[in-house]
Amino acid sequence: MSKYTTHEYDVLVIGAGGAGLRAAIEASGSGVTCGLVCKSLLGKAHTVMAEGGMAAALANVDERDSWTTHFADTMRGGQYLNNWRMAELHAKEAPDRVRELEAWGAVMDRTKDGKILQRNFGGHKYPRLAHVGDRTGLEMIRTLQDHGIHQGIQVHMEVTVVELLTDGERVIGAFAYERDHGRFVVFKAKAVVMATGGIGRAFRITSNSWEYTGDGHALAYLAGADLMDMEFIQFHPTGMVWPPSVRGILVTEGVRGEGGILTNSEGRRFMFDDIPDAYTSSTSDNEEEGWRYVTGDKSARRPPELLTRDHVARCIVREVKAGRGSPHGGVFLDIAWIKQHISDSEAHIKKKLPSMYHQFKELANVDITQEPMEVGPTTHYVMGGIKVDGDSQMSTVPGLFAAGECAAGLHGANRLGGNSLSDLVVFGKRAGEYAAKFAKDNSTGQVNDDQVSKIAAWAEAPFERGNSGENPFTIQSDLQVMMQDKVGIVREENELNEALDALEKLKARAEHAAADVNRDYNPGWHTAMDLRNLLTVSEASARSALQRTESRGAHTRLDHPDKNDEEAKVNNVVRKGSDGQMLIERIPITPIRNDLQQIIEENK
Amino acid sequence: MPQVTFRISRGSTHQDSQFVDYQTDITEGMVVLDAVHQIQEESAPDLACRWNCKAGKCGSCSAEINGKPRLMCMTRMDTIPTDQPVTIEPMKAFPRIRDLVTDVSWNYEVKKRIKKFKPRKPDAPDGTWRMQQVDVDRVQEFRKCIECFLCQNVCHVLRDHHKHDEFSGPRHYVYTAALEMHPLDTEDRIKDVKDEQNIGYCNITKCCTKVCPEHITITDNAIIPLKERVGDEFYDPVRKLFRIFRPGK
Ligand SMILES: Cc1cc2nc3c(=O)[nH]c(=O)nc-3n(C[C@H](O)[C@H](O)[C@H](O)COP(=O)(O)OP(=O)(O)OC[C@H]3O[C@@H](n4cnc5c(N)ncnc54)[C@H](O)[C@@H]3O)c2cc1C
Ligand code: SF4
Ligand code: SF4
Ligand code: FES
Repeated sequence: MSKYTTHEYDVLVIGAGGAGLRAAIEASGSGVTCGLVCKSLLGKAHTVMAEGGMAAALANVDERDSWTTHFADTMRGGQYLNNWRMAELHAKEAPDRVRELEAWGAVMDRTKDGKILQRNFGGHKYPRLAHVGDRTGLEMIRTLQDHGIHQGIQVHMEVTVVELLTDGERVIGAFAYERDHGRFVVFKAKAVVMATGGIGRAFRITSNSWEYTGDGHALAYLAGADLMDMEFIQFHPTGMVWPPSVRGILVTEGVRGEGGILTNSEGRRFMFDDIPDAYTSSTSDNEEEGWRYVTGDKSARRPPELLTRDHVARCIVREVKAGRGSPHGGVFLDIAWIKQHISDSEAHIKKKLPSMYHQFKELANVDITQEPMEVGPTTHYVMGGIKVDGDSQMSTVPGLFAAGECAAGLHGANRLGGNSLSDLVVFGKRAGEYAAKFAKDNSTGQVNDDQVSKIAAWAEAPFERGNSGENPFTIQSDLQVMMQDKVGIVREENELNEALDALEKLKARAEHAAADVNRDYNPGWHTAMDLRNLLTVSEASARSALQRTESRGAHTRLDHPDKNDEEAKVNNVVRKGSDGQMLIERIPITPIRNDLQQIIEENK
Repeated sequence: MPQVTFRISRGSTHQDSQFVDYQTDITEGMVVLDAVHQIQEESAPDLACRWNCKAGKCGSCSAEINGKPRLMCMTRMDTIPTDQPVTIEPMKAFPRIRDLVTDVSWNYEVKKRIKKFKPRKPDAPDGTWRMQQVDVDRVQEFRKCIECFLCQNVCHVLRDHHKHDEFSGPRHYVYTAALEMHPLDTEDRIKDVKDEQNIGYCNITKCCTKVCPEHITITDNAIIPLKERVGDEFYDPVRKLFRIFRPGK
């Protein structure tokens, strides 16, 4: 058998973004030993890239805000497919989690009276996002990292988990390799927390990094866990579209929160043309009122640019298809126009959106204080993920917990901006707490040598294929093009079926992905292994998208353009069948508690 | 744009490395990191480099491009000459793992030894604190740091004199300054700045400030104030006394 080293912890956390770090801090604070593994260096996880802010009903800027409004906004945004218990806990606990970050050293922007400042974001009724300019994620991850390194957590950086180890039903550890020299590692753990983030690398145009290959989703699925809502992938309306090499890089919604407007080639603010019924009462129908809202007038209704992401993305696609797009196939996002209202607009924009200013100046030669940006939809976030219990974050497999983007439930059919960062700390904490509890109540499992040697042989296989094998980057890029085309922002039955056929062919090719030279920091080898995960999550998304015969939230079916009441009652769940086939099951949504239903009604 | 030659330093140690030439097509708007990825896809799948965000936010892709320490993802091809080969090398102040990837774990060890944030007791009625924007602005500059370690890479104390055991380097002065100037912090790190972090080795060459992709004024805003505090506390008894009676720091 291949050689490996072994580490043993009570709780193993996989992933060191906001969710993983918060889980590890909690677990280790409850008196159990805790190991934390991540693919990149500490502090480089996706969380570092989050820009706009963290949603929490602190009511610092608008005293009318409360957890009930935040809850209702989240449910409406998710089109009521959310796990309502998670939406409730999230809305109630987010303020404490934000204040806790401050107690650990985070330095957020302030209101005039010295409290944490909050900004507007799409789908949130009141200004709700605690933020630091447009680098909120950096503030969060650095705060958690700098606090976490003093909590006795054992950090294993640049270590990639390739399989969860099981003992009967239960997850009891993980098999991984070290990126630097390719050595194998076995982690034994009484409980495992998955906090691996998203799946955006399955698509060609994406705001996500190489890390987002759906590892946590796929590993949990392969270990027998249910994945839920995998048809719901958020395409953020504003990614960069030009130049080609930066296509997909995110332009924060904060630009619109600060007053940025969307226009087409005719100069028209097209978002006024289509305001969904559920939002007519809260959306302004003229420019003047929209501006008043942005500047804090509490009697004004929000501008239509701040409608939910799914809707804004569809409107942009509509404009482009109708031939009213920008020169490079997007639309215009204009923040420079605020100079009509603000005398020192240039300084104001640079202060509020420093990294956007930088990003456009340096990557696109565009000065956003003077000219509009060109933007279009980009793959951004997956609402779907590992199905968990709302309170404990345990998956359907004992001993396996999940939190953050790789878990499902909170966001339903569409996530509101800012609800992810708060999700990470609320449910990261809960996952850590309950994983520690599980570890205290359970003994160490038995590692199955057979499983270990099989996965080790699988990991080594790309080197044995030598010249007869295929370049893994080519396979990955073909997959991305196919998914973008057929499982992208608008979907259709025949295309989804074609996608499933294409996935079978890609799977066969992935079996021949080859690696060369040796195991030292070898991206080709890493990519060859990642393919399995990418293919698994792609299939889960395509199958779930085929199953949902309606358009709701982030899922748009050309052949079923409307909402369907029957579909409103179910979540789609995929799981691995005994013959290895992917099964799909429709699970009825648990009826919502009366008091919560009432809150929803009151906020309609 | 045309085919461009990239001369990339490959190998698993700085001593045994060699330059290998690769040609690849450059199109409008490409950055150096795009070229490296293209080379990986076309001809060298095992070419090692780090990256995450591709937007200058994570500080993973630090390298030396034509001898200049920079982020690969923020270096546009149309800002560097392409009529000659473009050289790409890893950071030199850290041991090499492979190709463009270096072992920066030393930085994480150093940080761990710096005393952590210790806030004063919450003083607002709701159990939190009040802080004014003007008071947090200064710290926010330091907190922009993306830990790219380019400043560490160019500092001669580390790069040429290899004082890694004694000297914590500009990144960690920025980190310490952020803690020391945090409006809520009550810890005292000044003795450590002098004796453990050995700030005395810094002779204010400002090389670190020049390379910082976040434009943090490392020397003027972090290092010099720290040096002054060391001076106050250890070499000026009158001011030291004065400091004791000053609330906070
Ligand atoms: C550009 C951008 C801007 C955003 N802005 C906002 C915003 O303003 N507000 C908001 O709320 N949300 C925002 N989001 C979304 C939000 O940032 C992410 O959803 C969130 O950070 C995910 O955090 P996480 O902890 O779940 O995972 P991540 O932070 O992505 O961390 C995943 C971790 O898992 C590790 N990992 C993955 N696979 C493995 C494996 N196989 N083995 C070991 N480790 C593994 C990774 O190395 C990493 O450490 C933004 C996202 C992007 C891309
Ligand atoms: S100013 Fe000091 S810390 Fe910065 S590079 Fe020069 S010697 Fe090093
Ligand atoms: S201070 Fe600047 S150069 Fe140094 S690590 Fe931070 S961002 Fe990089
Ligand atoms: S890839 Fe993140 S800074 Fe370059």
